[in-house]
Amino acid sequence: MINASLKQLAQALAGKQISSVELTQLYLDRIARLNPALNAFITVDADKSLGQARAADARIARGDTGPLTGIPVAQKDIFCARDWRTSCGSKMLDNFVAPYDATVIERLNAAGAVLLGKTNMDEFAMGSSNESSWYGPVKNPWDTTRVPGGSSGGSAAAVAARLAPVATGTDTGGSIRQPAAMCNLTGLKPTYGVVSRYGMIAFASSLDQGGPMARSAEDCAVLVNAMAAFDPRDSTSLERPTEDYGRDLDKPLAGLRIGLPREFFGEGCEPSVMAAVEAAIAEYRKLGAETVDISLPNTHLSVPAYYVIAPAEASSNLSRFDGVRYGYRAPEYVDLNDLYAKTRAQGFGAEVKRRILIGTYVLSHGYYDAYYLQAQRIRRMIADDFATAFGQCDVIMGPTSPCTAFKLGEKADDPVQMYLADIYTIAVNLAGLPGMSIPCGFAYGLPVGLQLIGNYFNEARLLNIAHRFQQATDWHQRAPAIE
Amino acid sequence: MNQWEVVIGIETHAQLATVSKIFSGAATAFGAEPNTQACAVDLALPGVLPVLNRKAVDCAIRFGLAIGAKVAEKSVFARKNYFYPDLPKGYQISQFELPVVQGGAITVQVGQGEKAYEKTVRLTRAHLEEDAGKSLHEDFHGKTGIDLNRAGTPLLEIVTEPDMRSSDEAVAYAKALHALVRWIGICDGNMQEGSFRCDANVSVRRPGQPFGTRREIKNLNSFRFLKEAIDYEVQWQINELEEGRAIVQATVLFDPDTGETRMMRSKEDAHDYRYFPDPDLLPLLIDAEWITRTRATMPELPAAKQVRFEADYGLSAYDSRALTASLDMADFYEAVVAIAGKSAAKPCANWVMVDLAARLNRENLEIGESPVGAVQLGGLVLRIADNTVSNNIAKKIFEALWNGEGTTADEIIDKQGLKQITDSGAIEALIDEVLSANAAMVAEFRSGKEKAFNALVGQAMKATKGKANPQQVNELLKKKLG
Repeated sequence: MINASLKQLAQALAGKQISSVELTQLYLDRIARLNPALNAFITVDADKSLGQARAADARIARGDTGPLTGIPVAQKDIFCARDWRTSCGSKMLDNFVAPYDATVIERLNAAGAVLLGKTNMDEFAMGSSNESSWYGPVKNPWDTTRVPGGSSGGSAAAVAARLAPVATGTDTGGSIRQPAAMCNLTGLKPTYGVVSRYGMIAFASSLDQGGPMARSAEDCAVLVNAMAAFDPRDSTSLERPTEDYGRDLDKPLAGLRIGLPREFFGEGCEPSVMAAVEAAIAEYRKLGAETVDISLPNTHLSVPAYYVIAPAEASSNLSRFDGVRYGYRAPEYVDLNDLYAKTRAQGFGAEVKRRILIGTYVLSHGYYDAYYLQAQRIRRMIADDFATAFGQCDVIMGPTSPCTAFKLGEKADDPVQMYLADIYTIAVNLAGLPGMSIPCGFAYGLPVGLQLIGNYFNEARLLNIAHRFQQATDWHQRAPAIE
Repeated sequence: MNQWEVVIGIETHAQLATVSKIFSGAATAFGAEPNTQACAVDLALPGVLPVLNRKAVDCAIRFGLAIGAKVAEKSVFARKNYFYPDLPKGYQISQFELPVVQGGAITVQVGQGEKAYEKTVRLTRAHLEEDAGKSLHEDFHGKTGIDLNRAGTPLLEIVTEPDMRSSDEAVAYAKALHALVRWIGICDGNMQEGSFRCDANVSVRRPGQPFGTRREIKNLNSFRFLKEAIDYEVQWQINELEEGRAIVQATVLFDPDTGETRMMRSKEDAHDYRYFPDPDLLPLLIDAEWITRTRATMPELPAAKQVRFEADYGLSAYDSRALTASLDMADFYEAVVAIAGKSAAKPCANWVMVDLAARLNRENLEIGESPVGAVQLGGLVLRIADNTVSNNIAKKIFEALWNGEGTTADEIIDKQGLKQITDSGAIEALIDEVLSANAAMVAEFRSGKEKAFNALVGQAMKATKGKANPQQVNELLKKKLG
């Protein structure tokens, strides 16, 4: 059952082979047994989850079922869920119980999904290793001395260890794709504006995008179908006709043009990772695809531009955490400024503070043009690079991450090294494009992810390209020996 | 004083008359229990997002059209970052580099009578933004209460060029702007409730010299305070300069109790607001169609109406301006004329501007609250015009209407028998009676005392309780005595 696809689970539930309560309990038991070693969940509330499971069972009994009815879904703790603590991985929100549902939560509730628990994450989604969480680092189920990637590391570890059939993540600079790569999962970051950001605690508003993390492209399609929709409460949500992202899963790949940017295949990537990626591309050729050499000449500027834009937006987005209305407040202070200073000094961790400082600096009078405006110019150049590239190919492929899961603490003291872990994923967020990571092999026993980048709104095509690969290979079915 | 020139620019925050807030669905009504009109968005809960209220944009477009400004095809909402407890997000959503309304001008009448002159004040811009909440420092014993009902209320910040040269010009501009925003229905103009508040940027200079250093007087919520604050500030700056001290750029507050301004913060303490485009909101795009649609709903503007009143009703410029002081007044006047007839346009103007205005003033009522409606007043003026009643009797009828003694002038005329006596036979008989009863006065008149004639007219009118047509009485009396 723990290796069943969402489709199989839905069939088992509809056929009464298992109830949602039984399925939920199964996962709750696994969480109770395995989570202490992994730290993938921040909050688990069996009563609430089982209550939803009972309601789902009642729906199933009435024949009122959808693809997710009764299926437990782990939620990254960045999504506000009514009556659930929503911490965003921060001491600042440790006591914050959301009084409302994020649109993603609302939609999954409406679909009859069961909220299985809130997963661990880098504090305010700032990190690539899940070590910045106030609730402690998440361990990679493939090697618990290693990081699971971040910032959606809790979701990645939970799905990889079969503590949840599927999970949500969010991706600002690679936070779905990179942990998916490091934990042998399939993750999709949709086109910016496809999944509502309402109720998803903002890190960098112009880059943040929610998406599914699963064991297969097929499962990703099911979850993203439920997550994506136009939302009038999010002004950046795109008003488009609803679509079935799984409609093209089985389309043959003959004639597919895969663009291989030379900037993704040069120095800076571990050779063992590159070997797995190249083997995967060879597999695609066997499936009928052809490859095209392309260039994304401004790739080297994506990390610097990102580390101006994302902190700038974050410095403003995180101003609301001031100890006045909710969340952490310093126990002692002498006046208003002291209240702010102590609350924020005590409530935020080091990485968050670092980014607030960077962001405040780049927006300051006299620096704005040189940093923020310049970064916005680079952002447009990067988007233009992709537009040119998609004139020559249908999908762009390369490694998701230059390395496999690294050791806990290995990069914790070197923020620049940590930032470079997202070198292949960040440009996709800057351009607002959809991107995926799919399992494509192993390097020294650790999973390697293949990144697929599509043109705007090509999610269905990406899922098709991923699915055909997963029909031909079994990398995505490999599970860590965590039991 | 003559050797110093005063330079004033005004920034006005006009609260827009929308039902809900600018970026949330919460109500904007004034006076509710604290924090009952603040939703998740207004409280800046984690994860919430702003959605622009298009009604607020309608207001901005109306304003732009009313002042002949450019309504920007594309404008951008920006975040103004600073920490304050009544600013829940830690930033205010405003517009910075690209405001929605650009340029425009308002021409105002300054002063009264012969010294009156016209002044055109250019506008720099008007932009949309959200209001903050309120900090309540009383009643909490060493703590501060926060009321977020007002947080997110839509404001139009209207900024002038430094075009005003006296407090009188500043007040004339502020009054004209106040009338205009009410005229076009975008702001209720309630200054006590803070719906319309002005900041004045004041500096002085020697004529012909570059602008002096300015100080900004914040939050003036009455025209009187605006004038007093500027006058005080100007004198203070002149004294400083004449005593050899430089003016330091600063923000000051006006204390109505002392009539003085005092420094709130200097430029050195000024915030770096770190403005940047709000990534949660798309640029505001206003196409020609939106503008055309809005234009179609615009009322005739004061200046156009004034010209039309002069042309259509043969009124003087003075009367036309007075009658177009507010849309309510102008509409009232036109409704009166519609009943009384265009030939009575001038008496209608007098009734509205003089008699009605005085009575309203005495009772501290707005024209919209007048107990005598336009139709009633029109009916009354009609009866003066057709000689049914004299002007003096009409004043009594007006009082009667005011007091609710009848619903129409005709009803009161009937009920109280106030119809004017115009039958010359009847008047003649009456005059004969008066003459015989007042032989002494007649004799006086005949001996050359002109005054006695008026006394005799008075006696005749008294005998008819004022109902006789005074002109006829005059003529007949002249004939009899002549």
